[in-house]
Amino acid sequence: MFNVLALDIGWVTTLGIKTLIVLALVPLGALILGYTFLLKMMSHMQSRLGPMDPGGFHGWYQLVGDGIKFLQKEDIMPEQADRRVFALAPAVVVLSTFLVFVVIPAGPRIVVADLDVGVFYALAVSSLSVIGVLMAGWASANKYAVLGALRAAAQLIAYELPLVLAVVGVVIQTETMNLQGIVAFQHGGEIFGFGGLGFPLIVTQFVGFALFMVAAQAELTQPPFDMPVAESELVAGYMVEYTGFRFLFFFIGEFGTAFAFAGLAATLFLGGWAVPFVDPADNRLLWDIVGPLVLFGKVMFVAFLMFWARFTYPRLREDQLQALAWKWLIPIALINILATGVLKVAF
Amino acid sequence: MTTTPPRELPEFDVDSTIYKHLADSQMNVELDTGDMILNIGPQHPATHGTLRLVVRLDGERVIAADPIIGYMHRGYEKLTEFRTYPQITTLINRIDWLSSFANEVPFIAGAELLMGIEAPPRALWIRTALTELSRIATFLLFLGEMGLQVGAITPAFYGFRDREYVLNLIEASTGGRFHPNFNRIGGIKDDLPWGWIADTRECMAKVLESCDTFEDLVVGNPIFEQRTRSIGIIPAELGAGYGVSGSNLRASGVDWDLRRDGNPHLPYDQLDWKVWTHPDGDSFARYWVRLQETRESARMVLQLIDGLPSGPIMAKVPRIIKVPAGEVWVNTENPLGEMGYYIVSKGATGPFRVKIRSASFSNVSILPWLLRGVYVPDVITILASLYFILGDIDR
Repeated sequence: MFNVLALDIGWVTTLGIKTLIVLALVPLGALILGYTFLLKMMSHMQSRLGPMDPGGFHGWYQLVGDGIKFLQKEDIMPEQADRRVFALAPAVVVLSTFLVFVVIPAGPRIVVADLDVGVFYALAVSSLSVIGVLMAGWASANKYAVLGALRAAAQLIAYELPLVLAVVGVVIQTETMNLQGIVAFQHGGEIFGFGGLGFPLIVTQFVGFALFMVAAQAELTQPPFDMPVAESELVAGYMVEYTGFRFLFFFIGEFGTAFAFAGLAATLFLGGWAVPFVDPADNRLLWDIVGPLVLFGKVMFVAFLMFWARFTYPRLREDQLQALAWKWLIPIALINILATGVLKVAF
Repeated sequence: MTTTPPRELPEFDVDSTIYKHLADSQMNVELDTGDMILNIGPQHPATHGTLRLVVRLDGERVIAADPIIGYMHRGYEKLTEFRTYPQITTLINRIDWLSSFANEVPFIAGAELLMGIEAPPRALWIRTALTELSRIATFLLFLGEMGLQVGAITPAFYGFRDREYVLNLIEASTGGRFHPNFNRIGGIKDDLPWGWIADTRECMAKVLESCDTFEDLVVGNPIFEQRTRSIGIIPAELGAGYGVSGSNLRASGVDWDLRRDGNPHLPYDQLDWKVWTHPDGDSFARYWVRLQETRESARMVLQLIDGLPSGPIMAKVPRIIKVPAGEVWVNTENPLGEMGYYIVSKGATGPFRVKIRSASFSNVSILPWLLRGVYVPDVITILASLYFILGDIDR
């Protein structure tokens, strides 16, 4: 991406810059989502006064204050905790978030690694976080944490399947697993000969989109699928013993993953960074700048849907949660794949 | 006399199947995870304070639950023996701190009965209005709180917000948001302030609207129904046997309300209202009944302020209150259930002995029976739907 500047800066430097961008992107995305939805949208929906007050205008200072609070908290580790695992667990959770961002394209050349199996890779690394969750729950030496971690493990296994199966329809239709390829397919497609809108896959894969959103909500352990953290019964589940900066890591992991899943959904179903009408090949530099903004807008829309559900619904019970995944989502996803396959062959 | 020879000890080359079997049983023992004992409380967000539940779990299923109370015992029954009658209302305000005003009413009514004083009608009507207002405040909090315990945060904030309007009314008339300490033997402390009636009318409209919101947001939510329907069913006879009272018992289909069936010492018989019951007896029924009762109370308050009689607010009461010797039992329908005081007087300025029957104590006594065999998330739903206040359990 940097040869546009007519500089030859070697692959090591390029890799370093890309790593820095991804490293900056996760906390930044988490902050944006945390600020926009957790603080502002929730305050408006729930008539909360607190987060709208600090700092004068619209409570802009609240997030800064929260950050300072987390940083100055004492770092407490339970006496019987498995110290190394306990310290490592938050890093593992955040790591999986970082890895997802590697493949999401934000412009013709704005992508860290343009993998041929991008979809497969993104869904695979996103489920790595369950290892961190299990580590956290086990190492905390706390019964609530163990219950939460085991619930998280069961839940993530159950909802990984509909998540993957929902995307299979997209892959069948676009005949590629490369995320740039999927974006190109949606940009260049036509709906009954009308090419003005491009061909966002939500038009044909609306079932897949709905399944993806439900499963992503469960992967993020957000209400109505927040059994693992259930603050009214398990207090905070696997995070119960974490304080200060380590807790902040879980927080960043949660919201960063929400950002990543919203990015995936926007790329897979809503056309990604591309805008119909215009061909990005004309001016690649312009689209390297505009593309991320377009993607950001779509990400915020998808995240809005996620957080809307989060602030509206109560929580399912663990067995009801499993029943929903195995009895409804997975069969529907399989039927969707079947229908997509049949239609693909027929047309 | 013959004795059977002692059996020979098995030698080393015994049938290997025995050892196989032993190995199997060993394996079973290793795979059996055993029960886990989980302490829910005394510091736990779902227990509203310091109730402790020792729960024996098999996986997520509760085998046995044991409520342990007493972390908040403040000895009010003993303390009343060292206070004068007007001082005691300060204490009993703090038994059920969400509906403090309703706590005062039966005690004052008991003292009035012993002294043979009758409060003037205006005082009684204002008492009734404030009792119903504190009922609304308590139930609005419940309607939100239950949503929170089931996992939805939004209703909790709505509940707190709307309760604030009602608390403002109580504060405007009594001067206290939580602990009004407003009843006096023979009447009430002050008359209503200017503009209170208009404010109340406005506020009751808000409360009715808020009840509709809860009906849409919580009762109409399929996940909420899934979480509460047929969870924690209290059969009517069993509930009555345990002493469960109030909305919890009415949700089991028992048509029994002390405001209508007992002597409430308040003019409920002059109002047009209805006792709500639900046949199911589960957590959902308890939520539904309280929602209807909130509406009913708001309608009652509207009737009360419309028909408020004029006249004095205090009867003629001696300057130093001495209650003649005697015993009296007064129980009324508090927001949490039946609350009663047994007052024994020996003719002094303070009571000789007071026994306080608080609703929550009996309501949580059914927990060991009710929690057997449910899942951990249902424990929280059942606790929330029984709706107890720790001060009301431990006194």
